[in-house]
Amino acid sequence: MAAIVGRLAQGMSNSTGMKAVYEQYAAQFGTNKPMLTQFFLYVKNAVQGDFGSSFSQFPRPVSDIIRSSIWWTICLQFPAIIVGWILGNILGALAAYIKKGFDKVLLPLSIFIGNFPAFGMAVILLVIFGVDLKWFPTSGGYGFDLIPTASWQFMWSVIVHYQLPFWSIVLVAIGGQAIGMRSMSIYELNADYVKYARFMGIKDRKIVAYVFRNAMLPQVTGLALSIGTMVGGALVAEIIFSYPGLGTTLLNAVMGQDYPLISAVTLLITMMVLIANFAIEIIYGLIDPRIKASQAE
Amino acid sequence: MKHTLEQVFHSGKFIVGFVIFVALLLVVIIYPLFITDPPLQTIGQGTFFPPGIYVSTYDSINATTVYTLNLNDAATKRVSNKLSNDDRAAMKEWLVKAGISGADEIDTTDTVTLLNLWAKNYDPTKQIPGMIFSQQRYYQRLNTSVSGILGTSGDIIAVTNPTTNSLEQTGIVNQSDYVNINQVANVRVLPLGTDNFGRDVLTELVKAIEVSLLIGLVAGVIATLIGLTLGLVAGYVGGVVDDIIMFITNLFTVIPSFVLLILISYSIGQANRGAVTIAIVIGFTSWVWTTRAVRSQVISLRNRDHVNLSKLSGHSIIHIILNDILPYIASYVVMALILQISSAILIEASLSIIGLGPKTSLVPTLGLMMNWAMIYQAEILGKWWAYFPVIIAIALITFSMNLMNTGLDQVFNPALRD
Repeated sequence: MAAIVGRLAQGMSNSTGMKAVYEQYAAQFGTNKPMLTQFFLYVKNAVQGDFGSSFSQFPRPVSDIIRSSIWWTICLQFPAIIVGWILGNILGALAAYIKKGFDKVLLPLSIFIGNFPAFGMAVILLVIFGVDLKWFPTSGGYGFDLIPTASWQFMWSVIVHYQLPFWSIVLVAIGGQAIGMRSMSIYELNADYVKYARFMGIKDRKIVAYVFRNAMLPQVTGLALSIGTMVGGALVAEIIFSYPGLGTTLLNAVMGQDYPLISAVTLLITMMVLIANFAIEIIYGLIDPRIKASQAE
Repeated sequence: MKHTLEQVFHSGKFIVGFVIFVALLLVVIIYPLFITDPPLQTIGQGTFFPPGIYVSTYDSINATTVYTLNLNDAATKRVSNKLSNDDRAAMKEWLVKAGISGADEIDTTDTVTLLNLWAKNYDPTKQIPGMIFSQQRYYQRLNTSVSGILGTSGDIIAVTNPTTNSLEQTGIVNQSDYVNINQVANVRVLPLGTDNFGRDVLTELVKAIEVSLLIGLVAGVIATLIGLTLGLVAGYVGGVVDDIIMFITNLFTVIPSFVLLILISYSIGQANRGAVTIAIVIGFTSWVWTTRAVRSQVISLRNRDHVNLSKLSGHSIIHIILNDILPYIASYVVMALILQISSAILIEASLSIIGLGPKTSLVPTLGLMMNWAMIYQAEILGKWWAYFPVIIAIALITFSMNLMNTGLDQVFNPALRD
């Protein structure tokens, strides 16, 4: 990683303006020192929240750019992924339980939507609701004529701009989750304990509650494992809507050959995914009594 | 083997997916045989020509045979083509604002009266209070467009005489003259119009599907091979080897592969990113799932009786893996390969959209076409033919592959059967 910086920065040093940027960056991150030193320097600076100055928006510090965009991403993606996950699970469970017509329609539909590229969904929603029907604005995080304040007008603008990116992420998440939940539920519905419970005369409603609780568990793990992919797709959806989050920042960084910004954004995305994974692991322990039991032994 | 195939082809989902996929493949193979133009050739001068049949005006005028058809509705059609309802309303608005006549005196459906009134009263230099410049220009264009629209005489074709430098009439095109489209030398059908660079979208799209499928195949095969090898070794050999491989695999699981891809493709640099390079990069970052799944399957197979028997017979590890373990996970590996291919196509598209796809000058890919359409704001401008077919193509490819996968899953995994 650091080697890339060195090469890149050298490539950029031909113009005088860039020379200043390069020298400042080289001094801060020691790109002319050995690889290992560079790495520790980078880690040391990164831990203190210092990622250097952006190349494309010099002399604005990278941490400042990120601070202004990260909350947009967090507020957009995590609610969207969680809502999509919950809705997908409900639909999948219903498909497994009701079967017949519902299942026949829902399964191919959710396979189709679940495999729909996130950006494709974003573009289609954008064209239908933004360009044709003009219900929602097509780009940005808030009206271009507003200044971020705590006024009602600003809040309303944010909410309106939030809808399209949010639902495009939710729809794609629903499809993928519904398929997984359906097959897990079918598997559990055929399990021996269900038959036993039926023989015992336990009410159907109660059995279903047990079944879906069991079927949920692999879905929770599945969420932890797929959250990285989902975030990747959602970043592209942000780009389509020019939402002022990390995705758009990343696009601008790539376009502007802005290495410090790219590395900081990718590092942050990784951190966010890791934290999300960690949180899911803890929640998993809370809902699955077997984990607690195995720890108690 | 034959029995398995029969079973597979009894699954409705698999067949639907398979048919869609084969249809796409056939299009990719057959289309270039008929349309031999290079896919990235710029033919249109200008951006986003709408889909349709393009007939050469020059060749139509100079067609060998001219037919005369006396059609009653020809004049009406001609007028309505040039004069939409919006134009009529705009004309009325101008006439009212200019104080020529009252709002209820003008009937916009009465074409002849409206046009006569317009021709008599319209003055391009007249300043109307509150009218912005662009509106004035619109009325000037409208005036040129509708002038003489009600006439019945033909248009004269003239050439410049090189000696006298004056125009000399060489022919006349009457309003009732027709040409047979089969006799016009140059007719170009652009079923999906042209893109922002003026390239034929359909030809480009077919090539893009081909390249994207290739990227998917290369990436999928690489990912599956790495995943399979590591999974087999980790699962069968076990011990320290297993620990090391699983450590690496876990490391790659938690780091989102999209982030890795961004960093790697960025550091390769635009100049070196060919389609195959991108495919290889995608392949090397997406093997994790296959490894984990293969490993867990192998562990459950490792202590089966036939494997132990093979061990006792003194077969080598490679022989055991190839003959006693691989056949049992073959169906799973095929399914994993299908999923890897479809996800690689999606990943390429996502990468291209953020500008880290293959370099743009050699071949189109589905992601690049999407990227171009986005950069030129096709979606805001309503140029659906530049992006919608691309989305549909991507969706069809992934949909067909996932249907095949679901179908296979139901065949090989009896618990999921209805």
